[in-house]
Amino acid sequence: MNFDYSDDQKMLKDEARKFLAARCDAKVVRSVLDDDAKHYDEALWKSVAEQGWLGAAIPEEYGGLGLGHIELCAIAEELGRACAPIPFASTVYFVAEALLLYGSPDQKSKWLPKIAAGEVIGAFATSEGKGPVTARTLKTTVVNNRITGAKIPVTDGNIGNLLIVLAKEGLYLVEGPVNSEVLTTLDPTRPAARVTFENIHAERLGDEDGLTAMQTVFDRAAVLLAFEQLGGADKCLEMAKEYALSRYAFGRQIAGYQAIKHKLADIYVKNEIARSNAYYGAWALNVGAAELPLAAATARVAASDAFWFASKENIQTHGGIGFTWEADPQLYYRRSRQLSLVAGAPATWRERLVSQLETRNAA
Amino acid sequence: MDFEDSPHEAAYRATARDWLATNVAEHKAPSHADDMAAARSWQARKAAAGYAQITWPKEWGGGGGTPIEGVIFGQEEAKHPVQYGYFSIGLGMCVPTVMAFANDDTKQRFVGPALRGEEIWSQLFSEPAGGSDVAAIRTRAIRDGDDWVVNGQKVWTSGAHYSDFGIVLVRTNPDVPKHKGLTMFWLDLRSPGIEIRPIHQMSGGSNFNEVYFTDVRIPDSQRLGDVDSGWKVALVTLMNERLAIGGGGGAGPADILRAARELDGADGPLIKDSAFRQRLADWHVQTEGLRNTRMRTMTALSRGQTPGPESSIGKIIAANQLQDIGNAAVEAEDQYGIINDPALLPLKGLFQSAVMNAPGLRIAGGTDEILKNIIAERVLGLPGEIRVDKDDAFKDLPVGR
Ligand SMILES: Cc1cc2nc3c(=O)[nH]c(=O)nc-3n(C[C@H](O)[C@H](O)[C@H](O)COP(=O)(O)OP(=O)(O)OC[C@H]3O[C@@H](n4cnc5c(N)ncnc54)[C@H](O)[C@@H]3O)c2cc1C
Repeated sequence: MNFDYSDDQKMLKDEARKFLAARCDAKVVRSVLDDDAKHYDEALWKSVAEQGWLGAAIPEEYGGLGLGHIELCAIAEELGRACAPIPFASTVYFVAEALLLYGSPDQKSKWLPKIAAGEVIGAFATSEGKGPVTARTLKTTVVNNRITGAKIPVTDGNIGNLLIVLAKEGLYLVEGPVNSEVLTTLDPTRPAARVTFENIHAERLGDEDGLTAMQTVFDRAAVLLAFEQLGGADKCLEMAKEYALSRYAFGRQIAGYQAIKHKLADIYVKNEIARSNAYYGAWALNVGAAELPLAAATARVAASDAFWFASKENIQTHGGIGFTWEADPQLYYRRSRQLSLVAGAPATWRERLVSQLETRNAA
Repeated sequence: MDFEDSPHEAAYRATARDWLATNVAEHKAPSHADDMAAARSWQARKAAAGYAQITWPKEWGGGGGTPIEGVIFGQEEAKHPVQYGYFSIGLGMCVPTVMAFANDDTKQRFVGPALRGEEIWSQLFSEPAGGSDVAAIRTRAIRDGDDWVVNGQKVWTSGAHYSDFGIVLVRTNPDVPKHKGLTMFWLDLRSPGIEIRPIHQMSGGSNFNEVYFTDVRIPDSQRLGDVDSGWKVALVTLMNERLAIGGGGGAGPADILRAARELDGADGPLIKDSAFRQRLADWHVQTEGLRNTRMRTMTALSRGQTPGPESSIGKIIAANQLQDIGNAAVEAEDQYGIINDPALLPLKGLFQSAVMNAPGLRIAGGTDEILKNIIAERVLGLPGEIRVDKDDAFKDLPVGR
């Protein structure tokens, strides 16, 4: 048993942190937030591709580094810490994972090398309106390999040129550009769009039932997202701590007041619970353990809870300055909302967790 | 990251499992007169096989094993109804302190018997004047030739009524600041002048005591550490305490899930109630998170790192969750939840017992508030509490109740 990164993985993670500290400071994140026409940072995207991160978990035969999912988790944690404004999650956790799971040999050799090289931006289009997508609400259909329907919101749907779309008949690949309309969202550093398909060409991906396949992709993405959330939550704790140590009120550092100390201790406790659950999820994902659905839901709920709490209490610790556009806590507050919802809300994951528990305990 | 046993660990687990299967069966065969007798005989059996303190060196009767092996044995042992709490304070906190500070003769004399369950130890720190603020204790020791004469009162002493020995923190110098005038001793709890009075707990049980000292003579040879350096010794005990306790025991998510299949909610079985399911998910997340956090600590230990104050998170989460789960189940029983008769209750009153015992868990071994201070100061490096009593002589400090 070993519940930690290996030395090599730690080294990779350290390098990723240093790299992102140099290439992705708050200015880079803000350049996307402040500019309505800019949806991600292309320079960062390019350099991340050059590092090979997009293909970290893609086998070498498809142009990836062929490392493994734990390495990808380590990278995800650092991208979350840096609040990176790039379509990494959409492309790697959703689209590349879906291709690895369900792609035919042809589909894999056509798309995975392009993903690894950063030539393709992916988007995973499932939602069609308020609330979780279900068999009852799903309307998009495919007839004779032509897809019709509307998806809202699709993260990176406005920049993606390879979409995987959930239709009644299953998952489908759609090549962009597609008909999209940018939406105003809580986190403009990860844009979203309404995407409409009017009888356009779509290629079947795998032969699973669509909702089942979507959930299987979500399970994998949930673990990876949990690491981004964890990285973000850790960054919030660090920011809150630094600020509390440097701000004085009533003649003392506010970090000396117990209400602040206990708040930060609470953030720490939630982050550690999230970290431990994320590690378990990483292992389950990496070895393809049967526990993956339960481990993923556990990691996802813990990480969503930790990041939400850390991001809101970080603002509170900053006081008035924390509520300004200029201060950085808002970047993480926005991102915490985006990451908690992108693969389904925490309530949906709690429900999934309990249904997994029920199945396990019934067996 | 590897959450499976390594081949070596799998072999260790298999051996432990076989050993437990055979020995639990033999252990249960003779009918022990009482719980204590059963506990002692089980402890002796484990000690003989090197399973009593797995991580202690073999020369001290331990198993010479790794922290992970300790966890593996614990996981396997937990599957059998043979876990007794009588020895945990002694083996987890007192004896390690003795091992760190006593001379060889004393260690030779005490370690073995404690390991085999022949002798039980108590920790006599808390007093009416000092619980969280341990250094505020008043029990006084005055030097008289080769002895110290002790007067005062300890309180909340778990297990003192069945213990043989204890480690006791006393004040040897009231004229210096509070941390600088303390000294630690080991002592025989049957020494003349000691009176142990069990305290009736709110949960109905009586596990802790008041211990009164009237002219109790403790030889100077029983001193642990230097005169007036008792605080340093106490810190070693408290550090071990954080590792020894911290989670486990009592009602957990699996129990309430089991109960929820049978309990009725407003619209059918409670397990179908969506609000209940949301909470159940959070309890599972916390329980799993804690379990894996402990394993991360063990991983660090087995790489030669020392466990830090991080272990404090275990008790904060576990004690609060026990209180929440117990209460959620009790409330789900509606009017019936008022009952506290194990014979009439789901899972023999497990949830009612959680409700009644959790308050003590949130206090014992460091309150929630003190543990959060520890995390804030020692893990996150935030400033310490303002100490108005740091430089004044102990005898001049203000006192309340
Ligand atoms: C079941 C049980 C078993 C125990 N067993 C033993 C034992 O075997 N041996 C032993 O020596 N002791 C034992 N104790 C005592 C235990 O260690 C103390 O009760 C505990 O440390 C709290 O001290 P106190 O009771 O004096 O409460 P106090 O210290 O008076 O605390 C009262 C309240 O004030 C809060 N408080 C105190 N200081 C601060 C601060 N600086 N900041 C914020 N809040 C603060 C506390 O958190 C608490 O909420 C046991 C207690 C229990 C409940």
